[in-house]
Amino acid sequence: MTITYREALRQGLREALAGDARVFLMGEDVGKYGGTYAVSKGLLEEFGPERVRDTPLSELGFVGAGVGAALGGMRPIVEVMTVNFSLLALDQIVNNAALLRHMSGGQLSVPLVIRSCSGAGRQLAAQHSHSLEGWYAHIPGIKVLAPATVEDAHGMLGAALADPDPVIVFEYPALFETKGELSSAKVDIASSKVRRRGSKVTLITYGACLPKAMTAAEEVDGEVIDLRVLRPLDMGPVLESVRKTRRAVVVDENWRSGSLAAEVMARLMEQGFYDLDAPVARVCSEEVPVPYARHLEEAALPQPEKIVAAVKGLFA
Amino acid sequence: MSVPFLADMLRIRRLEEKCAELYGEGKIRGFLHLYIGEEAVAAGAMPALEAQDNVVATYREHGHALLRGVPMGAILAEMYGKREGCSGGRGGSMHLFDAQRRFYGGNAIVGGGLPIAVGLGLADVLAKRSRVTACFFGEGAVAEGAFHESMNLAQLWRLPVAFLCENNLYAMGTALARSESQTDLCAKAASYGTTAFKADGMDVVAVHEAAQRACAQVRAGQGPVFVEFQTYRFRAHSMFDPELYRDKAEVEQWKTRGPIHSYTARLKAKGELTEEQFLELDRAALAEVAEAVAFAEAGTWEPVAELTRHVSAA
Repeated sequence: MTITYREALRQGLREALAGDARVFLMGEDVGKYGGTYAVSKGLLEEFGPERVRDTPLSELGFVGAGVGAALGGMRPIVEVMTVNFSLLALDQIVNNAALLRHMSGGQLSVPLVIRSCSGAGRQLAAQHSHSLEGWYAHIPGIKVLAPATVEDAHGMLGAALADPDPVIVFEYPALFETKGELSSAKVDIASSKVRRRGSKVTLITYGACLPKAMTAAEEVDGEVIDLRVLRPLDMGPVLESVRKTRRAVVVDENWRSGSLAAEVMARLMEQGFYDLDAPVARVCSEEVPVPYARHLEEAALPQPEKIVAAVKGLFA
Repeated sequence: MSVPFLADMLRIRRLEEKCAELYGEGKIRGFLHLYIGEEAVAAGAMPALEAQDNVVATYREHGHALLRGVPMGAILAEMYGKREGCSGGRGGSMHLFDAQRRFYGGNAIVGGGLPIAVGLGLADVLAKRSRVTACFFGEGAVAEGAFHESMNLAQLWRLPVAFLCENNLYAMGTALARSESQTDLCAKAASYGTTAFKADGMDVVAVHEAAQRACAQVRAGQGPVFVEFQTYRFRAHSMFDPELYRDKAEVEQWKTRGPIHSYTARLKAKGELTEEQFLELDRAALAEVAEAVAFAEAGTWEPVAELTRHVSAA
């Protein structure tokens, strides 16, 4: 069955709520409003206000409550509207969720799932459009997921809920209307995957940049790797691909400085240096807050033509 | 109940006096925050809880952990950094944990434990369990957004949380009146519609009665309760504090209301305690401390090869 990325997210939530009485969803406007991006539409009616729980605008409070509920044996799914808003909850994510297992000498487990929208492309301006996956991927103790396909949008939630540690799932509004096949196959949250075979260059990407990299790959005979899991990173398919193509471009909507791309490039230097025929290149967001005006927003983000240009630069 | 209160306060006092000594010897490092002067709060409040209840505490939590039942040896071994410590040596003084006793730390972010307490309460409501979550925090936390967000959520959802505020008047070195426009802490809690009342935190009996009243209301499903225990820290904030922010006379004045000797005097005046009985309790506390020191000393260091354990389950 062909469905949209948004419908896949909703179907994943529905299955999670139906499959385990410990699972509940909470966040701003997830219930009566139906979710800011209509992801959770209809779930309140289906599962009731105890399990699809509208919260006040208290990101710190309700994310922390998710940590506590997870400690108390529940399987909370906490929705934080956008990654920009998640900064209000950073203390609970970084100082509690990520640390409690370690600080307690392994006694405590925080099986919390946080869902949050990331990335630009909808003219929502600087405070709703940023891409901070690299910040979260810096932190030991949490897993960071970036579903870019319908299959992952549907399947990653279940895998995240089965994990005994905190997992952050970034969802991409720029992909909400994309379509794909809904499958009942389980997805893993451990591996990166080849999304397109090619021979001239390896394009390494994740999230909203995946379709852009796929478009560029058509023009340059690129092999596209979807990282999918940003912490812990699975470099296996990346290194395998680079052994074949001998060139790599990392495509990442993070700002260039301190980006996730920087980490991927560093690992390529450490583990794949002698397989490379050219320096690794990257296409990131320009170092500017995401602007509102459409043409400026487009100019600030990675685009297929920038990716093609970066690839051509490796052959110059 | 009278003698257990006294025994418990003495156990905390003697443990922490030894901690200060061991800190001087370099056996304990890092930050060490002593509860000396405030023992009546933990000693009065903890017996109001039942085994299935949850406890969330702060970085000044040695006494809470001890009275929740964490063995003194495991607490001291934790401060030594030994693997026999109650957090395996990964936490130290500020991060004592005991999952089996539902003691959830040991949180060194001021206000960091309050949302967790809300979540523990929410889990109990959703799982239809009858438990109280007792959340201890200092008055410094009421300036944090986490306090206000937590009070609102707990009241909005009628969660079974007892917010137990230990007001020792100073957030590190900043006096309440220098940091809060509204110094009546109960007024803040009451603004959320939460039942809020004060108790004399230097009087263990008054603390116990207040904690029982709070827990009874919470257990009855009537939503959260906030209690302000007015207390005082006799020692420095941590071992690095020259105490420039308060007068010695003020400290001496509060010491005349010390929870151990005032309660002892009251019991003696009522003929419920003799000096010999007092000395016996004190000797027992000192003996427990000596055993705990021996346990910590005999503890082992976790091999460095295990450094990356406990980051994630896998």
